Amino acid sequence: MLRDVTFGQYYPADSFVHKLDARVKLVLTLLFMVGIFFVVSFMGFAFITVYLLTVILVSRVPLKSVLKSIKGIIFLLLLTSILNVFFTKGDDPALALVYLKVTDRWTIEIYKEGLIFAAKMLLRLTYLVIGSSILTLTTTPVDLTHAVESLLKPLRIIHFPVHEFALIMSLTLSFIPSLIEETDRIIRAQKARGADFDTGGLVKRAKAFVPILIPLLVGGFRRAEELANAMNSRCYEGATKRTQMRVMKLSWRDLVATLFALVFMAAIFVLYGMRGQWGALDFLNWLYF
Amino acid sequence: MEIIKLDNVSFFYKAYNDDGTVGSATGVENVSLSIEEGTFCALVGHNGCGKSTLAKLLNGLLLPTKGTVTVNGLETSKKENIFEIRKNIGMVFQNPDNQMVASIVEEDVAFGPENLGVPQPEIVERVYGALEQVGMSEYAKRSPHKLSGGQKQRIAIAGALAIRPKVLVLDESTAMLDPLGRREVLDVAHKLNEQGMTVILITHFMEEVLDCDKVVVMNGGHVIKTGTPNEIFDDEQLLSDVGLNAPRAVQLAKKLSNFGFAVTENQSDAGALGGEVCQELTKN
Repeated sequence: MLRDVTFGQYYPADSFVHKLDARVKLVLTLLFMVGIFFVVSFMGFAFITVYLLTVILVSRVPLKSVLKSIKGIIFLLLLTSILNVFFTKGDDPALALVYLKVTDRWTIEIYKEGLIFAAKMLLRLTYLVIGSSILTLTTTPVDLTHAVESLLKPLRIIHFPVHEFALIMSLTLSFIPSLIEETDRIIRAQKARGADFDTGGLVKRAKAFVPILIPLLVGGFRRAEELANAMNSRCYEGATKRTQMRVMKLSWRDLVATLFALVFMAAIFVLYGMRGQWGALDFLNWLYF
Repeated sequence: MEIIKLDNVSFFYKAYNDDGTVGSATGVENVSLSIEEGTFCALVGHNGCGKSTLAKLLNGLLLPTKGTVTVNGLETSKKENIFEIRKNIGMVFQNPDNQMVASIVEEDVAFGPENLGVPQPEIVERVYGALEQVGMSEYAKRSPHKLSGGQKQRIAIAGALAIRPKVLVLDESTAMLDPLGRREVLDVAHKLNEQGMTVILITHFMEEVLDCDKVVVMNGGHVIKTGTPNEIFDDEQLLSDVGLNAPRAVQLAKKLSNFGFAVTENQSDAGALGGEVCQELTKN
């Protein structure tokens, strides 16, 4: 039942994007996520669309898999944009596209501004999700963990336990498959004894999960102890004097990707910064529709 | 030279009584044992006989309540010795899933040498050397949870080997495996033993005891007999006292020879026994 749940959504392929250093990918994704909030015009979105499509094309991840990542939050996306349609008021009620007086105090108004704002919000959130899912589609969780550890290293100065943090991340990752298997086993065991998970109201169903959670929790503690013993037996003594097998090296690919991303981001920031300041080139303001 | 020496060791667990008071439960009691370097030693006994407690005493996961445990001349009770002792003893536990540290085989095997602070190029060398020794080189980049039980345990053994220990302790490492997986793990253990590794195999499968140099039988926290496999199999009284059975083939060979069949008594190899029986039958 739970067996099909795969953790993360890594799409194995041998592409330029897959081969990039995970640290570079992580930083560029963060840059992208910041950048997308500086996109204010449809022209900017056109830029970003070209950027994303290029990345997806180069990553050799089918567009279908990329779009799948939106599925989970489609409700959230629609809700935000619908709310924005209704709650963005224009300057002049006379220009409202829809003006419905329900009661004296409550009117339903829809403006062109609201529609545009909602559309931009929808695009922004969608691109945000797509951008971050390209990272997880092309990077294994293990690589991501290493990237996080490597990028957080400077925090050691303020005594942030970087190694422990990364170890917790990677242990969590390696335990997810066996925890899923165990949950599956417990569910089947409880079903065999007549437990019913599929009928009844929300409260009844929630209650039915208690007999799954408790053995899972107890099992979790047992596992943790066994793991601690195994780690101790293998000479684990914390971060002191520890070395690492994996070496992360930057290559020409990382340089190319960084330059590519920077060019696009620079274009976006320039576009954002030049709003209404084109002077003699005032006609260019159509860019800000 | 004896590499492991237990001198009158006792260990008591804290136990909580029904009325809330704290008592103690016996893990092992008054155990004296010494294991020579290079031997393949089996530790057998029923569940709760103290064999896993004994294993945890060997590398200082547990410290003796009384007595001393000495590994390669170092006492486990001294805190400064623990790291050195754990470098000498590679431990493999029962549940393969609960001893995997990483989600990629080679990174899991690398965990030990990384902890030792081995320089990077040597880690790679040790990891691939260890994987080669257990015959799992081709799985280096795979995810361990997709492997079979026997393969996972071989990875766990490789993880222990990468530390380059003198002793390999298999703490019921075969208990959760199917017969094929058990065979794989045992074959690896015997191969390592031939290369000079001291192996301590903790088990309750008597078939696994057959090819050992030395067998230690435990019951109720005590060591009740030490000897070669044949000496143990011959002591029927002892076996029935502790609730263990000699391997089927040995039992059959004994019965046949009691009936006057000319088969090797204590023949443990079922195939060889079959051959002897056929020979005996065609003779008449």
